Amino acid sequence: MTCDEAEILLHALLDGELDAGHAREVEAHLATCAKCAAAARDYREMKKAVAQGGLRYTAPPELRRRIEASLPQAEVPTRRAVLRGFAMGSAVSAIAASGLFAVVLRSDDEARIQAEIVSAHLRSLQAGHLTDVVSTDQHTVKPWFNGRIDVAPPVVDLGPQGFALIGGRLDYVDGRPVAAVIYRRRQHMINLFVAQAANTEPRAARMETVQGFNIRRWSERGLNYWAVSDLAKDELANFGERFEAATRAAG
Amino acid sequence: MPIKSVDNDPEKARRFRELALPHLDDVYTLARYLLRDAADADDAVQECFLRALKHFHTYQGPAIKPWLFAILRNVCHAEYARRASAPATGADELPETTEQAPIWREAQETPEAQIVKQHDAGTIRRLIAALAEPFRETFVLREIENLSYREIADVAEVPVGTVMSRLARARAMLRSAWLAEQEPKK
Repeated sequence: MTCDEAEILLHALLDGELDAGHAREVEAHLATCAKCAAAARDYREMKKAVAQGGLRYTAPPELRRRIEASLPQAEVPTRRAVLRGFAMGSAVSAIAASGLFAVVLRSDDEARIQAEIVSAHLRSLQAGHLTDVVSTDQHTVKPWFNGRIDVAPPVVDLGPQGFALIGGRLDYVDGRPVAAVIYRRRQHMINLFVAQAANTEPRAARMETVQGFNIRRWSERGLNYWAVSDLAKDELANFGERFEAATRAAG
Repeated sequence: MPIKSVDNDPEKARRFRELALPHLDDVYTLARYLLRDAADADDAVQECFLRALKHFHTYQGPAIKPWLFAILRNVCHAEYARRASAPATGADELPETTEQAPIWREAQETPEAQIVKQHDAGTIRRLIAALAEPFRETFVLREIENLSYREIADVAEVPVGTVMSRLARARAMLRSAWLAEQEPKK
């Protein structure tokens, strides 16, 4: 191999773009040519400096805000839209899972997710699709989620406290699969949605009302929780507190 | 063209948010290196995202980053054309930022350019900024945006062979400038 050839192919070697046969040829040339070997050494050093150099820029917040404002506002998606979003496949899921999505959209994320939570709750009450697994036994409901979803939602028995366990279901919120654990208080259903959080920081419970439904939202041990129901606020708060206490007691 | 229906489709907008917005910093970084001006980069990135949304139905995957870069590149070329037709009208535009030719020695403006062993980000950025446009573009896409040769070829609309020769040339020029920085001034 001549120096002229090596001069070009050397870069493909450094960038990991060269096939094995050519890579061996370039390496053989570098072993015998001091000039090209010196160049290769400098290029390696440069690559390292560039990679470590903090050479990326961060878009100014004002620009980010302008661009977000210029996009059409996301509306509450229909069931079909949610399913289509899921069927779209791995690219979105990967982005969502990476947490980038959550960071970028933090500001209007919460309102949109809460709207989706209510939609999912409403869907679950229609057409007999409240549960995928029907059981009042926490030891049946909890393992049902294994392998179906990337979280292991805590399932606790709150029967003695007046919240009967009904079963579990797989649902989709924010384009991601989430676990739904269903409890009942008298004739009122409670959907407890559990999804992986972007970080492990605990967040204290907040109560919101969306479209007439109450949502109690909190985060603990890397999981986000949304309890949604048409129960009165104080009763839903009571449910959340007892659930939190029971999971803490369980370990 | 049914632009209106595209822009108003909430599902499309949602997908666009999920796919494109996470790459805002990548696009912004490329714009800064291509245009070498913060204000122009702002405008170009905003225009890029507007166009990307408008033409989102043409995006076929798999990687959206090169697709966004190709759009940004078109926006930037319009900006080059504007600069060429209206030179030095911007009051806040530094004249040297529009220089196209790499003039290594003149780029060393620091009065005491002693032995700079440690290359800080500012120095490296300055050396990159001094590269002529096709070389700068190829180098940034490879080293800072981490695109493959194939992806760079698609973005820059040139054969892979051209990507390879541009990259070799860009690195050779940077190396000379780099070594010049490390030598004490005579």
